Amino acid sequence: MVSMPAVEVKNLVKKYGSMDAVKNISFSIDAGEIFGLIGPNGAGKTTTLRVLSTLLSINGGSVMILGHDLSKQAAEIRKLISYLPEDAGAYKNLSGRAYLQFIANFFDAKEVHAMVQKGIEITDLGARIDDRVDTYSKGMMRRLLVGRALMTNPKLAILDEPTSGLDVINAQEIRKLVKTTAQAGTTVLLSSHNMLEVEYLCDRIALISEGKIVEEGKPKNLMEKYKARNIEEVFIRVVHE
Amino acid sequence: MSGLGNITRKEIRELLTPATFVPIILVALIFATMGSSIQGIQEKSLAPPTIGVITEDNSTLGGIASTILYTHARSVYNSTSESDLQGALETVKQQNGVAVIVIPKNFTERITQEKPGTLQIYWIMKGAGLMDTISSSAVESLISYINTNISKALIRENTTVNASFVLAPTQRAETTYFKSREFVGLSPSTISGMLSSQSLLIPIVMMMIIIMAGSIVITSMALEKENKTLETLLTLPVKRTSIVTGKIIAAAVIGLILAVIYMIGMQFYFSGFQISSGVNLASFGLTLTSTDFIWIGVSLFIALIAGLSLCMLLGTFAKSYKSAQTLTFPITMLAMIPMFITMFADFDTLPLALKVFTFAIPFSHPMMAPRALLFHDYTLVVGGIVYVAVFAIVTISIVVWVFKTDRLLTGTMKFKWLKKMKIRRF
Repeated sequence: MVSMPAVEVKNLVKKYGSMDAVKNISFSIDAGEIFGLIGPNGAGKTTTLRVLSTLLSINGGSVMILGHDLSKQAAEIRKLISYLPEDAGAYKNLSGRAYLQFIANFFDAKEVHAMVQKGIEITDLGARIDDRVDTYSKGMMRRLLVGRALMTNPKLAILDEPTSGLDVINAQEIRKLVKTTAQAGTTVLLSSHNMLEVEYLCDRIALISEGKIVEEGKPKNLMEKYKARNIEEVFIRVVHE
Repeated sequence: MSGLGNITRKEIRELLTPATFVPIILVALIFATMGSSIQGIQEKSLAPPTIGVITEDNSTLGGIASTILYTHARSVYNSTSESDLQGALETVKQQNGVAVIVIPKNFTERITQEKPGTLQIYWIMKGAGLMDTISSSAVESLISYINTNISKALIRENTTVNASFVLAPTQRAETTYFKSREFVGLSPSTISGMLSSQSLLIPIVMMMIIIMAGSIVITSMALEKENKTLETLLTLPVKRTSIVTGKIIAAAVIGLILAVIYMIGMQFYFSGFQISSGVNLASFGLTLTSTDFIWIGVSLFIALIAGLSLCMLLGTFAKSYKSAQTLTFPITMLAMIPMFITMFADFDTLPLALKVFTFAIPFSHPMMAPRALLFHDYTLVVGGIVYVAVFAIVTISIVVWVFKTDRLLTGTMKFKWLKKMKIRRF
């Protein structure tokens, strides 16, 4: 029996007024897979992730997430996914713990305590978890948000530039966390313009440029196909050659 | 380009946005409408007051009084017998007049005996606002003028007359008819003073709550966007309706707490005025029952919800804390306008355009409710509550719809019906 993909995007079109941000893209992600959308700024990565996170409506095509039609069953999809925006923030007058508690309260009441504990573990903020969010450094804030995104045990985690703005050590920790989460059964869709990060993390990637997917496959296969040493070189060849 | 010129150009370009100008243009339009309507009231008040005169005393001093009344006022009913009083009142009422003045038989006789001559004034009061009492003030001026002229006549004829009496040779016996009630011994200005001190509390409290709670809602939306928490919130398993109503209820609760604090303070402030006026409203049957207070509470709560849903709608336009401050301005104006209108005139006496405008503003209704309830005008109160409830439901529905569109995050909206219209046209 062939298992159903966790995400299936067919001919997706998203416009902002007269501007086409995403032009007829199609891809699918298998359950438990880490799939990366790679491209420069303004390529359409964030728009695609926002569409899949139920934030934006679509102008064409179809999106199925975990068996639900995005256009008709957005509320059902929200119960199964978790979205981490690139430049997300948290409520500044809450403590880290109170913020995690606030988010967990939207989910199954029986799971709230366990979710908050998991969130605290992921964030690894120690005693600072009880400090107000507005006293956190950028790295601490990002760890809190990653903890928030993964503590709910989502079936699909959509992470937009998960390590954006982090130092090497913090970035490394978050990459490990994403890997562990996927191994535990969560499907991960992430975007990044850090090609090396993607090469390390992703099972499969799609290269996106000017709203179109220009190449798709496993990082290793793509490097072989384009005789490149890394994904960065693959991307430059695909876009410029 | 110089540094100064460069910065000035950039700042102007940044400030030249619809968010800056639309509220100001709206407020300017509101003021223009109010100005022209109030001008109409003022013009009306400058005309000589319409009265009825019953002169039972045609001798010297009675003659002075009646001549002044005929010369400086428009008399629509003249008679020489007090038995015609009912007819006079009806005629003056029909002619939109202010009062019927009776100069009794013994007017001159009493004054010559150094006893004050009584002018009987039967006031027809239309409203209790400041503008409503302008016409009665004109008649009061005429009464003072009569008093002065009789003083002069007394001094001319008899130089040994008692000085303290000659300064006040007349007295008034007043009865005011207002909203089918008779107030013996009270003039319209006294009633107006009593009512305004009684019913000013709610408008001021309402205005303060709306401004404060409205600002909370708009700022909350702006901060959700500025702190980048809105995107996360919108992807959580929570209904858009819950997000909208949750924010409104929270601000309403804070607003009501503020209202209670304000009301306690203001109650002390106004109770001071009531003692100094020396008139007990209860003795004239002008008291609010506990049921009336429930009506006021309902009206206040529904108006607060309507106001906050309007703030929520405006909040969806806020991009940052800075732009939220501009957006609170129209709400502030909408809360202040009915407060001033209800202070200047009664709803019943407003010109039609201003009446429609006042009714349309949800905040007007709790402001008008106390006075309407004092005179058992339940139609205005219940009608207002129904209108404001519908207004709130429609506004909340629009806000929820906006929350379901891309508008919140992208600033653009898809109007499918507009698109269809354009296609049909071309």
